[in-house]
Amino acid sequence: MAILLLLLGGAGAAVGLPSRIGHRVGQAGAVIGSAIGLIPAIRVLAVEVPEGMFGVWHMPGGALHLQIDVVSAFFLIPVFGLSIVTALYGRSYLLVSKSESESAVSWFHLNVLTASMALVIVARDGLLFLLAWEIMALSPFFLVIFDDRKESARHAAWTYLAATHLGTAFLLVMFVVLGGLAGTSNFDAYGAVLRDHPPLASAIFLLALIGFGAKAGVVPAHVWLPEAHPAAPSHASALMSGAMIKVGIYGIVRMLMMLGPPQAWWGWALIAVGATSGVLGVLFALAQHDLKRLLAYHSVENIGIILLGIGVGVLGLATGQPPLAVIGFAAGLLHVVNHCIFKGLLFLGAGAVQHAAHTLDLEELGGLIKPMRWTGTAFLIGSAAIVGLPPLNGFVSEFLLFASGFLAVTHPLAAIATAGLIVIVVMGLISGLAAACFAKAFGIVFLGSPRSTEGAAAHEVARPMIAPMVFLAALCVLIGLAAPAVVAASAGVVAAATGMRVGAVGDELAMASGALTGAVIVFAILIVVGALAWAFRARLLAGVAVPRRPVWGCGYRFPSPRMQYTASSFAQPLVTLFHLFIRTREALVPPKGYFPAASSYSSDSGDPFLHLLFAPTFRWFDRMVSRLNVIQHGHIHVYVLYVALTLVALLIWESF
Amino acid sequence: MFALTDIIQAVGLLSCFALLATSRIGACIRWLSFQGILFGLVPLIVHHDGLSIREIALASGNVALKGVIFPWLLLRLRARADYNREVQPFVSFIMSILFGTLALALSVWLTMQMKPALKDAPFVMLDSSIFLIFVGLFLIVSRRNALMQVIGYLVLENGIFVFGVITVVGTPLLVELGVLLDAFVGVFVMGIAIYHINREFGSIDVDRLTVLKG
Amino acid sequence: MPALASLAATVCALVLAPLLFGIVNRTKAFVAGRRGPPLLQLYWDLAKYLRRGAVYGETTSWLFRLGPVIGLATAAAAITVTPFGGIGAPASFTGDLIVLAGLLALGRFATVLAALDTGSSFEGMGASREMHFAALAEPALLLALATLAHATDFVSLTSIYRAIDAAAWTGALPTFALTAMTLVVLLLVENTRIPVDDPTTHLELTMIHEVMVLDHSGPDLGYIHYAAALKLWIIGSLLVGLLVPVRSGDVWLDLAAMLAGMVGLALAIGMVESAMARYRLMHVPQFIVGAATLSAVAFIIRLV
Repeated sequence: MAILLLLLGGAGAAVGLPSRIGHRVGQAGAVIGSAIGLIPAIRVLAVEVPEGMFGVWHMPGGALHLQIDVVSAFFLIPVFGLSIVTALYGRSYLLVSKSESESAVSWFHLNVLTASMALVIVARDGLLFLLAWEIMALSPFFLVIFDDRKESARHAAWTYLAATHLGTAFLLVMFVVLGGLAGTSNFDAYGAVLRDHPPLASAIFLLALIGFGAKAGVVPAHVWLPEAHPAAPSHASALMSGAMIKVGIYGIVRMLMMLGPPQAWWGWALIAVGATSGVLGVLFALAQHDLKRLLAYHSVENIGIILLGIGVGVLGLATGQPPLAVIGFAAGLLHVVNHCIFKGLLFLGAGAVQHAAHTLDLEELGGLIKPMRWTGTAFLIGSAAIVGLPPLNGFVSEFLLFASGFLAVTHPLAAIATAGLIVIVVMGLISGLAAACFAKAFGIVFLGSPRSTEGAAAHEVARPMIAPMVFLAALCVLIGLAAPAVVAASAGVVAAATGMRVGAVGDELAMASGALTGAVIVFAILIVVGALAWAFRARLLAGVAVPRRPVWGCGYRFPSPRMQYTASSFAQPLVTLFHLFIRTREALVPPKGYFPAASSYSSDSGDPFLHLLFAPTFRWFDRMVSRLNVIQHGHIHVYVLYVALTLVALLIWESF
Repeated sequence: MFALTDIIQAVGLLSCFALLATSRIGACIRWLSFQGILFGLVPLIVHHDGLSIREIALASGNVALKGVIFPWLLLRLRARADYNREVQPFVSFIMSILFGTLALALSVWLTMQMKPALKDAPFVMLDSSIFLIFVGLFLIVSRRNALMQVIGYLVLENGIFVFGVITVVGTPLLVELGVLLDAFVGVFVMGIAIYHINREFGSIDVDRLTVLKG
Repeated sequence: MPALASLAATVCALVLAPLLFGIVNRTKAFVAGRRGPPLLQLYWDLAKYLRRGAVYGETTSWLFRLGPVIGLATAAAAITVTPFGGIGAPASFTGDLIVLAGLLALGRFATVLAALDTGSSFEGMGASREMHFAALAEPALLLALATLAHATDFVSLTSIYRAIDAAAWTGALPTFALTAMTLVVLLLVENTRIPVDDPTTHLELTMIHEVMVLDHSGPDLGYIHYAAALKLWIIGSLLVGLLVPVRSGDVWLDLAAMLAGMVGLALAIGMVESAMARYRLMHVPQFIVGAATLSAVAFIIRLV
């Protein structure tokens, strides 16, 4: 299938092929392979008949069982689509970052990542799934460690590896339990087992939530995201943030489909996890001043939003409220696609900024919208989309989520009304904080004046890098304006994910489409009035000279760009308000005396979960395990003695 | 028409939130007095056997004590100790307000869980009484100033009083009087203690009392 | 008739919004013992701004020119979804509350970006403080709207407000009273009135909203002031629609009652501004969270 072609493309760029050809083959492999992979996905989505393939595989206990059903096809689209876009961007990006021969190998890893993601999504066999999952977990390691001369990159890669394997451990346990009970490793058999053993279902749900959640990046298992994503090259970060963490969401959705009718507390658990990840993610993002780290924390927040939607959907299914179930799932699934688009766009934009200004530190950037028009405009659209502002696509999925909350609030049952209120308040808080965060990110980087000399020497990036960004930005606008059609088209996926009939789902979604049609009319009014106002002002100022003057500086004679508001200053009120969660560490040397000579301020917002939870836990574990060092002392005689003792013990045991 | 108990409940809840959010001690004492008068009227409205001399005595006694006498005593203490503001509580004011919301949700939930078990009397203000108890305990735990802690204790007593009035059916006067006497003694003892603490340490910041350790 | 009434309400909003500021300023002057500016002052000011030329800062880009336009467009679009008491909005559909919140957020985002575009520390300061309050005000607004939706069982602003008549008030007095209190605070926050922000201060260090628009001039400034007036009308309609439950069958009577309510609101704002001083910046979040809690309390006590 298409996967083979992808692998071929990747392998082509792999071992042996140096420099130029390697880049071209790798990129071509990615683009062509993904394009071919999209064809069956789109076909299945249109026709809604699953396609499958069953092969003989000489692996003990496993079978090569692949199938693309509607849900798989839905998740394949962001994976393949983003792969094409990032591949088109990647070649120009890599050519300038490192020497050509060294960076050619990264195409192999990128393509293996895409291929393994696709394999995970279409696998229907436990062993195949785990194998593909491992490959998918390992290939980003090589991408994260791309800049292997930097200590931070090596550290980030190590953190990523540890985190992903801890998550995979839970998945391993889950599949072993299911496989043991079912006898085979076929997914359909798992479904049957779960229906026969209801008490098992909750345990499996928890294992799936933790395992897949760690890959998706929910709090508290998110600590690898802000380390790994910034360290990888930007097109790889875009793919990881846009597609790889969605595979975690796919896992949760697939397990929910397998588990059948859910229990109410699952919905509450998903809502709680989603709310925590959403709020904490955006709070941590607010305090960052590295652009990519900020974007990585935003991925955590958006995963929280997706899980909120799915949680409401599950709660709706469990309590027998079809409108809640449908709209909740629709919100979550649509946000999967939307986030893929605008997060991919934002990471590509960050890569362009890094190229142009050679730094990603917000405190040193500024005024980039003037030299980098296309990047700036695309980044602006991406920022507005991720905040959820009308009339873009982010608003559509947030609208659906709020709508599910409001529908729940009008329900007579107190528990559901409370759930709706919690969703509404949490989403409102997340939107407000995200708006503050992206006003900071976009405003400090692109607006004003450059805050350092590197920032001042910026230039626009090459056209192959701009085109993918413009394409993604256009998609944001398009999905926003075509919202009713998009929502109505998702009926098939939502039906498959919730297990309801397509007709019933279509009816509920029709209500949402109707509401969105009203919204689109308001968008149209917005755009028309805006255009009229712009034209009117142009008319008013037509014959008049419009001079440019220095900006008001309160009469100060020598303003410098360093006097502008910095990223830390912008976020300071909110960071101080939420100090309990963010815990920024500050180092301040205040000005002294009447004519102060020098003073300095620096702030560091490390991840509290990493510093307070994981690092101490691992250090403790290290200390405990070091006690076992006693066994290892280097004398061969004693090692042979160990072997002999074990042999004797086994012989005695066997004789009983 | 909306029930009188609904109004008392809503306004009473507001007074609790005001206590959680206010830092000036004088304003807190006035809110406490308002709350005392408000909830003192409860026996007149929620009566199981009809309005009798017992309810009127209870209501007037509570209003007099909790609404007038105790606040007056506290104002005098405040003037003597010269401590006018709760400047830096252990839990910030915003977190106190949020705690109040959670406590209210918890009280409502508890009431809904208890409803099937308690079938007899109306129990209209059960959630308010539980909420008052939570708020009183929270004020004692989270505030540095000893006067605020006394206020918290009195809110707690308000809660217990309301709980007693609405749940106890046909029991002699003794129970209610016992509660009132408890509060009375408590305030007197605390008043004397605060006066002496202030004289000894120069402040009524209870955090400083840790110096008595060991 | 209802369509005509909606149109009339929209026209009233677009035409009469600047009059509100006139009433507010006149009231403040009256309380201070002065005569004060004429009631139609903002109209003369708008005409003056449109006639004037414009000067743009050297550090600004096209975004600075886009900011006021988006602010005006979002305010105008928000008028089309806001009902005027019992009179429906021209564009009303399920979930239009969410679109209202989204439009207000878009307007704010555009203003903040235009402020950061100047590269001046004053505008940056105003932008930072504005986003600080907005992050708390947005959940408060949604909480208030959710409580109203819960109380009236509708999810569209028009339907909600149509259902709030005198009978509904007597049935749910605590809920509506508490939500009205939240909306009062939100009005003060969104429209930068005392005690959250002082619209007449001239010290940049104490400004929040005024400092963000410090470098705009000419038609841009006209757009900004008009959009501010429209925003006051929008949130004012939400508040007055709640407080004035006149829902007779006659739409013109309702319209007249609402207009009287808006005038009363402007008078009340003027009184409040004369009587209070601005809160310390650190206390404003507590103020907003307290207001949001009132709505939460209203919601919870209705669950019982």
